[in-house]
Order: sequence, then structure tokens, then C-alpha cells
Amino acid sequence: MTDISAHAHAIAQTRKRSWFKLETVVDHAILIFGSLLMLLPLLIMLQTVTTPDLETMKFGPTLTIGTELDDNFRKAMFEASGFSGQNTGMNMLKNSLILGIGFAVGKIVIGMMAAYAIVYFRLRFATLAFWLIFTTLLLPLEVRILPSYEIVQQLGMMNTYQGLIIPLIASATATFFFRQFFRSVPEELIEAARIDGAGPIKFFIDILVPLSQTMIAAMFIIMFVYGWNQYLWPTMITTDENMYTLVRGIKQIVQTLEGNNIPEYGRANMLALIAILPPVLVVIFFQSWFVKGLTESDK
Amino acid sequence: MAQVSLDSVRKIYPNGAEAVTPSSFHIEDGEFVVLVGPSGCGKSTLLRMIAGLEDITEGTLSIGERIVNDVDPADRDIAMVFQNYALYPHMSVRKNIAYGLKNRKTPNDVIAAKVAEASAMLNLDDYLDRKPSQLSGGQRQRVAMGRAIVRDPALFLFDEPLSNLDAKLRNQMRIEIKALQRRLGVTSIYVTHDQVEAMTMADRIIVLNGGRIEQIGTPSEIYHNPASTFVASFMGAPPMNLVAGELSDGILSFAGLDVPMTVDHRGPVTLGLRPEDLFIDAKGPIAMEVDLVEELGAHRLLHGRVDGQQLTVHLAKEITAKSGPLRLSCDPSHLCLFHPDTGKRMDARHKGALQAPLNTTVESDA
Repeated sequence: MTDISAHAHAIAQTRKRSWFKLETVVDHAILIFGSLLMLLPLLIMLQTVTTPDLETMKFGPTLTIGTELDDNFRKAMFEASGFSGQNTGMNMLKNSLILGIGFAVGKIVIGMMAAYAIVYFRLRFATLAFWLIFTTLLLPLEVRILPSYEIVQQLGMMNTYQGLIIPLIASATATFFFRQFFRSVPEELIEAARIDGAGPIKFFIDILVPLSQTMIAAMFIIMFVYGWNQYLWPTMITTDENMYTLVRGIKQIVQTLEGNNIPEYGRANMLALIAILPPVLVVIFFQSWFVKGLTESDK
Repeated sequence: MAQVSLDSVRKIYPNGAEAVTPSSFHIEDGEFVVLVGPSGCGKSTLLRMIAGLEDITEGTLSIGERIVNDVDPADRDIAMVFQNYALYPHMSVRKNIAYGLKNRKTPNDVIAAKVAEASAMLNLDDYLDRKPSQLSGGQRQRVAMGRAIVRDPALFLFDEPLSNLDAKLRNQMRIEIKALQRRLGVTSIYVTHDQVEAMTMADRIIVLNGGRIEQIGTPSEIYHNPASTFVASFMGAPPMNLVAGELSDGILSFAGLDVPMTVDHRGPVTLGLRPEDLFIDAKGPIAMEVDLVEELGAHRLLHGRVDGQQLTVHLAKEITAKSGPLRLSCDPSHLCLFHPDTGKRMDARHKGALQAPLNTTVESDA
């Protein structure tokens, strides 16, 4: 009996000692330092949002929390910054959402359909087609921006949502992920569906789409954030302030730094804060699906 | 309900491999036919051709009165149960069962009635709103059966439906499937590599090997009169003993055993002996060296050698034995002879009773 308790005591001792190992302390110190470093810009942003612009101008970022939050929010969201009086924060948020969602949904729809064609139909050059699609990964928008611009311009799609979304919609990444996913769907499922009288379209809608739910969610996160953060393309395609997206609009506000105005730090940072919120929310909301979609599948 | 006829049906894959050599057979209305063979023997290909999931390279296939070579699987009036069940994972059991009917534009009240009937028959009432992932293997198997029976097909196709289940459940489901088929009277084709399933479930067995039909017959014909050494060694657990013997003047000799046979072949033959046709006999002609006794409860199996050739003997549970030398005798009435080169069964039967070599009366069959 004493033996056992002595033994247990010894174990507790070693466990206790291991709690205070130098290694652990150092590890955690590095981790905490790292997280603070990453959080710092965000904290500065939060602080700036609450302070009057003049103070920010004078003292730079400080540790005090000011009282200007409401005012900055109101200015950022509802006060137009340009000449036309139309690019309010609300309007830009709307444009950004349309771009992000349209971009993500479009990519998913096109990617799924392309992958469906490649995986399930005996096309003559299916593999070649797939590799052609795949090589477009090497040709991002920036490489083809002039011809793309030319086409959009000739089609009269400048300053339209179609012009913002459609040229970006074809996606090798989504096609590739869906192709891999479809290939892992058991053959018998298709055969059972064929015997159950489901044609190609029915099989796609009734079986494949619901099965791909987690995959779709994962793709949606990636593509939404990607679309939301687009900067170059919207800058080229939208000249009308009514069509500005958030990411583009922030820049415009900071630009007023020129001259003898006091730059609207609070307002710009408020917009930046609003601009990062939707991607964060999407990731938080979809993250369990995201992991599932990329690691396991519901088959 | 329908008859199924295959006339010289052949399958050659695009890479040139011949999966099924021209095969013909006819399945009667309501019959339960089992296709059995080792993996790669073409049994699944044959079934999938009947289902319409594979194209038929040559020959004609008819279900009922209709030639269905070019008919879509959905229009062949068949239902298929797959090895991994192939249930739609995102649909409830009810929707899984109803899916085929829904696609055929069956009215909703008819679907509901049929699903209820099938689920009652298969004891699935409590699970109708669950997803397949919440069911056990046996229950999933039943859902797959349910999906097949609601459609009232002319033909059931089973592709190794029990091989994903554990042994106990397999025995139980085997009986359930057979009973269900009897009750519904639907013509069924069942593919398996398990000879026990084949023996117990089939009205008729078709044994396949290397894309060829080796033998078609009732389980008892297949067991007692195998058409080739392949069938003999494939069917039965333990399989038939196949040993080298010698035929001369109508007398078959093997390890001290001499049996008069109705055959005029001379020279070496392959002799097939079922383990249960051998028995211990202190004065028997066969001297066996027992290596191992396998205790199976209901009976025992002796594994050993006779003249350097492997032999297995089946003993009733009352008879004990241990390793070492042993003398055996044999019931010659079920002896099978096979051609030593081709492995084909020779038309030979034993004549009269087992006799000692010296006082054997030889009748030539010339």
C-alpha cells in the first residue's frame, strides 16, 4: 500500500516538474510573442478607429482608447468620399459582397461542371482538356490583364458586375479539387443511380451536388476570400465610383493625404476593419466544413 | 418475373483482354442462380453485362421475351444489390428506397405504400428516417435489398452482397435473402466467390473459371459430379482430394487401393475423393501418415499424406484420431476420375464393391 502511494507520489512529482520545464516556457514565450506580433496591426487599427484623426496625426498609435468610434463608423459607412456622393461604405460593402459571392459561386458552378464532364463522360481528349485547364494555373489574371481588359471593354462590360466577375470565373483550382473529389466517389453509386433511372443531370443534382457539400463549402471560403480581396481587376474595370469595392475604396480615402487636409485615419481604418470582417466571418462560419471538405468526405 | 437467356455472350475489353468467353445459359422464371468462381473469373463482368453496366461485345442477352443488349440499365426492369451497398449517403433510408420509384414518376401515395411494405418486410420500420451512416452493416444490406424490391423488378442481381459482413451476420443474411427470394419468386442472379453461399442459396450454380463456364448444375450435381478438377477443388470445404492414380485394364490403383472402373482409359489419371468418403478402417488398403488433426466441434479433419500426396479425411465427431500412421478405407461409389492433362471429368463409374487386388474380377468395358 505504502509502496503504491509512494510510487504515485513519485509520478506526481515528475509530472509537476515537467510543468516547469524551461523548454515549455520558451516555447510558449515564442508563441505568445508571435501571436502578439501578428495581432499588432489589428490592435493599432482598433485603436485608430476610436481616436480623433488629429491625435493620431500628432502622437501616432497610443495605448489610449478614444471616443470617436461611432463617429468614424458613421462617416465610413454612410458618408460618401468621392465627388459623386455615391461611394459610401454601405455601397462599397454591397459591391464587395456581390463580387465575392458572385466570384465564389461562379467558380464553384463552373469548376464542378467542368470536373463532372472530365470525370464522368468519356470525352475524347478529357485528359488533355484537364491538363490544359490545369496549366492555366500558371497564367494568373495579372499575366492576361491587358487582353482581358480589352475584351471586357469591347463587350461594354466596364463598370458592371458582369465585367467584374465573369472574366475571373474560370478556375483551375476549383476544377482540380472537384475532379479529385469526384474520382473518389465510389463507382457503385453511379451504377446504382443508373439502375435507379437517374440520368446524367439527375445524378449530378440529386447525388453529386449533395455529396460535395463539404467540398463546396471549402471552395466557397477560399474563393470568397480570394474574390473579396481582388484589387487590381476592380481598379481597372471600375471607373464609376458607384461600382467601387471596399478594398479599392480604402485606398481612395487614404489618397486624400495630399494637400493640407488631415488624413482621415479613423475612417480609413474603419473601412479596413469592415473589409476584413466578412472573410473572417465566412471562415469562422464555414471552418468546420472547410476541414471536413479537404480531409474527409461523407461517402 | 422473367426468364433470362444468354446466347454466346462475350466480353472483350478495349485493351484486348477477353473477360468472358462466349457463354450461353438459360435461367428459368423464379430461379435462383449463383455465379461462383475465384476473383477475376469474369463472374462480375457477366453480371454487369446482364445489368447493362458493361457493354456486351458479342452475343445476345434477353430478359423476358426482349433482347436487351442495347437497352439502358434503367429500362431493363432489373434491380441490383451491390457489395458495398451503394446507398446514397446523404439520403435517409426512406429516400434511398424511394429514389428509383421517384425517378420513374411514380405517384407519391404509391411510393409511400411500397416503401412501407418493403420496410415492414425487411424490419426497417424504425430506421426509415436515419442516414445510412447511422446503420450497421446488416441494416445497410437490408436497405439495399429494400431499394431493389420496391421496384418489383423482373430480375434481381446480387454482386457479392454479403462479403462486407462478418461471418455470423453473413449466415443470417444468407438465409434472409434466400427466404425473401422464395417469397417474392423473382428470378435472381447472385455472384459470389464463397462456395458455401453458392451451395446453400442456389437452385442452380454456374461455376466460372478464367472467363469460361466450367459447369452448370444443381448444388448437389456440382458437389458430387464435378465436371473438372477446378470445380472439384473449388466447391466444398474442405475441397475434394485430388491425387494421382493409375488406370490399367479398367482397374484404378492408388496407394494400395484397387477399384474396378467402367472405363477403358489407360495410364495416369487424377482421382477425386471427397474427404467424407474416406473412413478409418484398421484393415483398409490406404496407409496414411496423419500430420495434423483439425478439431471443428461438429466433426474433425485429418490432414496427412499418402504416398507423398496430400489427403484430407473427414471424421464424424465420435471418432477420435491422432497424428501418426493410420489405415483408411474408401467408399468407391463417389469416386471421380479426371483426365490428368485437361482436368476434365472422365465418364467412369466404379463397378461393384471395393475388392482386394488378388480376387478382383475384371470386366473389360471394351
